[in-house]
Amino acid sequence: MIRIENISKSFGKQEVLKNISVKMSSNECIALIGPNGSGKTTLIKSILGMVPVVKGRILIDNKSIEGNYHYREMIGYMPQIGRYPENMNIGQVIRLMKDIRGNHTSIDESLIDGFHLREMFEKKMSTLSGGTRQKVSACIAFLFNPYVLILDEPTAGLDPLSSEILKNKILSEKAKGKLIIITSHVLSELEDLITRVIYMQEGNIRIDASLSDLLQQTGENKLGKIISKALN
Amino acid sequence: MMRITKYVLADILKNKTLIVYTVLLFLLSFSVFSLEDNPTKGVLSILNLLLIIVPLISSIFTTIYIYNSSEFIELLVSQPVKRSSIWLSLYFGLASSLSLAFIFGAGIVTLIYQPDLTGFFLILSGVLLSLIFCSIAMLTSVYNRDKAKGIGASILTWLYFSLLFDGILVFLLFQFSEYPIEKAMMTLSMLNPIDLARILILLKLDVSALMGYTGALFRSFFGNSFGQTISFLVLAIWFLLPFLISLRKFKHKDL
Repeated sequence: MIRIENISKSFGKQEVLKNISVKMSSNECIALIGPNGSGKTTLIKSILGMVPVVKGRILIDNKSIEGNYHYREMIGYMPQIGRYPENMNIGQVIRLMKDIRGNHTSIDESLIDGFHLREMFEKKMSTLSGGTRQKVSACIAFLFNPYVLILDEPTAGLDPLSSEILKNKILSEKAKGKLIIITSHVLSELEDLITRVIYMQEGNIRIDASLSDLLQQTGENKLGKIISKALN
Repeated sequence: MMRITKYVLADILKNKTLIVYTVLLFLLSFSVFSLEDNPTKGVLSILNLLLIIVPLISSIFTTIYIYNSSEFIELLVSQPVKRSSIWLSLYFGLASSLSLAFIFGAGIVTLIYQPDLTGFFLILSGVLLSLIFCSIAMLTSVYNRDKAKGIGASILTWLYFSLLFDGILVFLLFQFSEYPIEKAMMTLSMLNPIDLARILILLKLDVSALMGYTGALFRSFFGNSFGQTISFLVLAIWFLLPFLISLRKFKHKDL
C-alpha cells in the first residue's frame, strides 16, 4: 500500500533520513520506534507530504505522492503535538475538518463520544490542556474512517482511562484490516497492538521484522528486551 | 480553495486591527480634505500619507497574520488540500481585506471630494500598494521560520522602499551627475513600487513642480498617458512576482 523507495532527507547539514526503503501493506499494525531524533516523525511527515522529499520516492497504491494531494483522503494523521488555530473552539475545528474533506461518506464520531468531547465543543483551543488537545487530534485522525492511520505518540499525555479508550479504538480498526503506523516510546503499551516492528536509528532502519519472527529469534516476550537483544 | 478562503476571510474580519486601520484612514483623509480648500492639494497631501501608511500596515499586518496562522497551515497540509490553494486563500483573504479597508477608509472620502479620474487613480494606487506589500510580506515570511525575524524583515523592507531607496537614488544622482543617467534613473525608479505609485498620481495631476526628478523623466520620455500605462504594468509585476516566488517556496517548504 505504501512503498518508500530510497528516500533521503536533510535539514540543512543534518541528514535525518538516509536512503530508507520500506514497504507497508494493509492488515499491518507497525510500531515505528527508535531513540529521539532518529527520524521517525520525519518519515511520517514525508509520507504525508508535510516534508517534501527530494531524493527517492514514495508510492501509495502504486502512485507517486509527488505533486499529488488526493491520496491524503485515505490517511488519518494524529500529530505528536497537535497545533490548532488558538481562537477556534473544538466544535469549529472539527467542523473545519469536515468542511475541508467535503465528500465525507462515512463519518466515525465514536471517539468524540468516547472522550466526551461533545460537552466541550464550546471550549477554545487556547484553553485546552495537552491531554485534551491529544483527544481532539485522535478524533480528527479517526473521523473520516481512513484506510491508513498514522499515529505519532498517540497516548503521550493522555490519562490512563482515555489511553485505554484509544487503544481499544486502534484494536477495532486493526480488526477491519487497515494499515496502522504507531510511534511510541512506551513499548509496553504497543505489545498487544502491533504485528511488525521497525526500529530506526540515526536516520537508518536497524530492524524491520514481524513481531512473531522477533519473538522466535530472541526468545523474549517483552518488547523492550526483544529490541535490545535483536540489536546486539 | 473557496472553502479555505471562507475561513480565512471570516477570521480576518473578526480582527480588530483592520477596523482600526479603516477608521484611521477615514479620519486622516477626511481631515485632510476638509483642511485644504483646494481638493487637488488634498489629493497630494493624502498621497504622501498613503505612501507611508498603506505599505507599512499592509506588510506588518500580513506578516503577523501569516505567522499567527502557522497552526492553521500546519493543520491543513496534512489534509487532502493542495498546498497552493492554502497559500492562495491566505493571499486572497489578506489582499482583499486590506484593499477593502483602504477603499472604505480613504477611497470613499476621496471620491466625495475629488470625483474624477484623479481620485480614481489615487484609490487604484492605494489598492495596488496594498496588494504589493501584502505579497512582499508573504515572501519575507515564507523565508523566515522565526516570527521575530520575519516581522523585522518586513519592517526593514518597508523602511528600504519608503526611505532608504530614495536616499540611494539621490546619492547615485549626485555621484554620476556628470553622466547621462536619465534612462538608468528611470529604470531604477521602477524598482520601487512606492516611487512608481507617486509618479502615477503626479503624472495624472500634471504638477511638474512636485514631480521630482524621476517623475519629470517619466513624462519627458513617455508622455503622460504612456508613462501611466508603463507604471501600471510595472506595479502589476510588483505584486505578482513576489507572490509567485513565495508560492513556489511554500510548495516545497518543510512544515
